[in-house]
Amino acid sequence: MSLTVANIQKSYHKQSVLTDVSIDFKEETIYGLLGRNGAGKSTLLNIISVRIFADSGSVTLAGEQLIGNEGLQNRLFLMSEDNLYPKSMKVNKIFKLTAAFYGGFDWELANHLTQAFNLNPKLAFKKLSTGYRSILKLIVALSVPADYVFLDEPILGLDASHRDLFYRTLIQTYSDRPRTFVISTHLIEEVANIIEDFIIIDNGQVIEQKSGEAIKQSGATISGTQDLVASFTAGMDVIGQDGLGGLVSYYVRDYQAQAVPEGISVSPLNLQAYFVQITQREGEK
Amino acid sequence: MNFDESNHLPLFEQVAEQIEAAILSGAFPELSQIPSTTEISKQFQINPATVLKGMNLLVDKQIIEKKRGIGVFVKQGAKQIIQEEKRTYFFTQEISQLVVEAKRLDISLAELIAQIESGYQA
Repeated sequence: MSLTVANIQKSYHKQSVLTDVSIDFKEETIYGLLGRNGAGKSTLLNIISVRIFADSGSVTLAGEQLIGNEGLQNRLFLMSEDNLYPKSMKVNKIFKLTAAFYGGFDWELANHLTQAFNLNPKLAFKKLSTGYRSILKLIVALSVPADYVFLDEPILGLDASHRDLFYRTLIQTYSDRPRTFVISTHLIEEVANIIEDFIIIDNGQVIEQKSGEAIKQSGATISGTQDLVASFTAGMDVIGQDGLGGLVSYYVRDYQAQAVPEGISVSPLNLQAYFVQITQREGEK
Repeated sequence: MNFDESNHLPLFEQVAEQIEAAILSGAFPELSQIPSTTEISKQFQINPATVLKGMNLLVDKQIIEKKRGIGVFVKQGAKQIIQEEKRTYFFTQEISQLVVEAKRLDISLAELIAQIESGYQA
């Protein structure tokens, strides 16, 4: 029962936001959706969850179109940065409303998390800080009976302890009831090991779809003196470079393990460095 | 346990290695129950599938066993299996690297042996 996004196009005022985006989301998998500010992540998530419409392309769940099928749409849930709740509605009322709308709600989990995060259920939405608004929305997202949960910037405004608690909670609830999570975040290193597959979007296009392990195994940082590094990396897919005095580091994609000459060192390229290199613009280098 | 992103090993192999290290050190004694996939996963914030893959490596090597509905246990004789594996690695990999490095630094065999002997006496 996979969720298939096919050939999505979207423009605003003749400006293309998404170009031919196709992604296949498997069941019971934790995905990371990465992209620079304005890359089109939120637009894509809004299209998938039928909050806005694409100009062309389709979103299907187990082969069926989501548009016009409310039952199917309820198997998806999007936690977004937008605040969709009435300002004066209280936290526990928001839970009840969601439960009624989705025809199910994990009250045990919601109550447990409300306590664990120290969220006051009697407060009105407008009285919550940015961090607590995120926490409320997270609790709702984890408690609904959806099979595909999209979390757009779920940790916005959360302090380090609350982020830690969220990651643990995510793993626990995923283990208890496996389902697909798609997490869009800028704090790449924090989620690097939790995520199985990464989707990287840049300028409205999918530029990479790989497992975290594959990215880690394929990228390398080659360091040494300019001449040595340049000749060693000749013919390799160099995606960026840094220099400090006479020493340089080249970042390479699809590096094949091989004998390394004296004076050259090879180390893995972590996910964040990889992401920065492949999405860097002229002028940022 | 401790996971290092500059480590070349895939993460699931690092998970297996860390559990082996804990068994070798006695932190996870033979026949005792070890933390579940979910517990390890939560503690180190690693994808449960990755942790499971690492654990399955150890199941294949007869180091741990899963008892359905109860949990994961260290097998009798696990320590010896790990020790033998580490000894093989030590002789085939680490010693040869040591010799290469010693030669590069013009250290003679006699000097190297003398150093090793003094290390054993300390």
